[in-house]
Amino acid sequence: MTTHSNTVSSAGSIKARGVDWVATIKDAGLAAFVALLLTVPLVGLRTVDRPTGLGIEARPEEVVASILLVFLGRLGLGLIRQGMAMPVLILALICAGVGLVLPMPTQVLRLVLVLGGGVIALRAAMTVATGRSKLSQADRDRRMDRIAAKVQHASKYIGPVAVAFAVVLPFTPLADRMILDIGILLLTYIMLGWGLNIVVGLAGLLDLGYVAFYAVGAYSYALLAHYFGLSFWVCLPLAGLLAACSGVLLGFPVLRLRGDYFAIVTLGFGEIIRIILVNWYQFTGGPNGISGIPRPSFFGIADFSRTPAEGMAAFHELFGLEFSPLHRIVFLYYLILALALVVNLFTLRVRKLPLGRAWEALREDDIACASLGINRTNMKLAAFAIAAMFGGFAGSFFATRQGFISPESFTFIESAIILAIVVLGGMGSQIGVVVATLLVIGLPEAFRELADYRMLAFGAGMVVIMLWRPRGLLAHRDPTILLHGGKPPAATGAAK
Amino acid sequence: MSAATMSTEKPLLSVEHLTMRFGGLVANNDVSFEARAGEITALIGPNGAGKTTLFNCVTGFYTPTVGRLTLRHPAGKEFLLERMPGYRIAQLAGVARTFQNIRLFSGMSVLENLIVAQHNKLMRASGFAIGGLLGLPGFRKAEHEAVELAKYWLDRVRLTEFADWEAGNLPYGAQRRLEIARAMCTEPVLLCLDEPAAGLNPRESGELAEILTFIRDVQTPQGHRTGVLLIEHDMSVVMRISDHVVVLDYGRKISDGDPEHVKNDPAVIRAYLGEDEDEALPPEVAADLNLAPTTNQKGA
Repeated sequence: MTTHSNTVSSAGSIKARGVDWVATIKDAGLAAFVALLLTVPLVGLRTVDRPTGLGIEARPEEVVASILLVFLGRLGLGLIRQGMAMPVLILALICAGVGLVLPMPTQVLRLVLVLGGGVIALRAAMTVATGRSKLSQADRDRRMDRIAAKVQHASKYIGPVAVAFAVVLPFTPLADRMILDIGILLLTYIMLGWGLNIVVGLAGLLDLGYVAFYAVGAYSYALLAHYFGLSFWVCLPLAGLLAACSGVLLGFPVLRLRGDYFAIVTLGFGEIIRIILVNWYQFTGGPNGISGIPRPSFFGIADFSRTPAEGMAAFHELFGLEFSPLHRIVFLYYLILALALVVNLFTLRVRKLPLGRAWEALREDDIACASLGINRTNMKLAAFAIAAMFGGFAGSFFATRQGFISPESFTFIESAIILAIVVLGGMGSQIGVVVATLLVIGLPEAFRELADYRMLAFGAGMVVIMLWRPRGLLAHRDPTILLHGGKPPAATGAAK
Repeated sequence: MSAATMSTEKPLLSVEHLTMRFGGLVANNDVSFEARAGEITALIGPNGAGKTTLFNCVTGFYTPTVGRLTLRHPAGKEFLLERMPGYRIAQLAGVARTFQNIRLFSGMSVLENLIVAQHNKLMRASGFAIGGLLGLPGFRKAEHEAVELAKYWLDRVRLTEFADWEAGNLPYGAQRRLEIARAMCTEPVLLCLDEPAAGLNPRESGELAEILTFIRDVQTPQGHRTGVLLIEHDMSVVMRISDHVVVLDYGRKISDGDPEHVKNDPAVIRAYLGEDEDEALPPEVAADLNLAPTTNQKGA
């Protein structure tokens, strides 16, 4: 491998003497022309509200600036490819520096200079460091596979360490209200990701309406508490049961469909649930939602408020602590941690059972499954019902944490985010879901100030990962049972 | 293998008056034949003769338009295959099959492929996953037995050393053998093979023939012998190993008997090698088409 990349980079440096300037500039010019076509209507013209009506204002500077940037960027990429990575790196860094330091006429220009310069500098640095731009797609994929396999094997150790970290987190000085809230949010999405992973990752059914089960769980608890005054601990299993029932209800008519058609119907189901919640005003409160959902008690023994209701002890008095509103947050944190770990444990175990193996076999080839006497409908229904149940648990947790729910919380974008977590992490990979949740949910939380560019970065990230690693970040599967024991076969990757 | 003693027993599979129509297209037209336990029954015919359609009817992927398919277990139980939903035929009646274009679980390991084949047995043992989730000992034992059976068949098809490989990474010939092993792990009474020698080199198809004769001749632990139903284009394989050959052409059965009989049957020769156009077409049609008499149409 090393000798190979050496020869490649030396070949690159030979080429560097003879950079094909004409072709490179032509290429950059073409990119600039495309940029011109796009920016004139999109950036160059702006509608302004005038007293006389709507007017159009031209913005030539922005157009010129963006075309120039595209030209330079494309030129930089072209030169990197032709072995001039070092000079491009320096120039790009200067660009980014200029963008950061000097005053710019517009914020957009500054952003483009810094980001564009940064990205190109990164590319150039990568090329300089490893000669990587010469690496073929397949090589890169194989490398990532090896990394994924390593992570998978290391997850034996990473997993317990991560769990231990999650368990002690509330007792570290790090834990303030905000950290714990973000932790709860992350764990909720991790749980949903792990739940959806059963359907998408194991059984291979593309479910675009998972949020429907989340909603069923949340509303089950909220409505049962609202109308019958049931407590959280009674409602949690009920919510799971109701969500599982709705999963079976959806599953029966839908499971004969395959692939895209299946995905579209699940998408429709998600919307149906949301629209029912919006329109059934008398029962669900419609768009106003349900407020005053009771908070969870300490397993029905003690309450977390300063002055608990009649017949209930106060948590802080029970344990002889000073009252703190943080107690409830910590309890919620542990609750969702436990729920998420239940889902994880279930998935890890079920993969080694005939049920889980049949799911994976269904994902691989469902016609072959039928020829082996596997009842496909029952298997898929089981996957659906179980995933829905976990979604329902997460939903009722969400309801009790928020204290208020409305159909707003259960839109399609939620389904899309959960699905993105599963797909980004690598279908079927448990640790992949955690990594992807940290990326998809954690990063935007950490960079809240950049809220305006969040969706932009999110979309760009998705595109990059789909190009770079279409099967997900940590897509690697270990056999659930080994004949020769011990080390899993190293040969699998390099079989041919 | 004496055909005389076998023929006194009731056949394992009887196909009676099977007709399968797709709209106006008649893929199988009134086909009747029998297959016996401990015999290899080959189903041959030119392309488009309706062999795979017939296979799909037997294995429950299609429901025949007309006809009866009876499977008789050695224990005496009878199953009417045309009335059973597809997966039940494999689950209860014990009919296993392989596919013309290999259908393995390519992302799973070789051993896992064979374990999935024993799904129904293991599902019961794991208490429909509930006992398995709780880690009850019954499932451990059943899984151990399943691995033993898998090992046995891995040994037979000489894939033991590849047991932990991803099935999709195996060479083509090994994938064919694995698919047969997977079908055998369902412990079938009737094994249906759709062109198992397709794409194999002569050495590999020799090995395949060995595996098939082994499957035919060995007694299963239940004390019966497996019947093999085989679609094949490779005549050297068919003539060498089959005990009974059924020939289809344009959806009809045109010949039925032992390999020697079929090889010399004029109807079969006509179907494979074609015949003079003048004889095949009525004279007025031939005149209409204005065919040159030299263009002999060859069968595929």
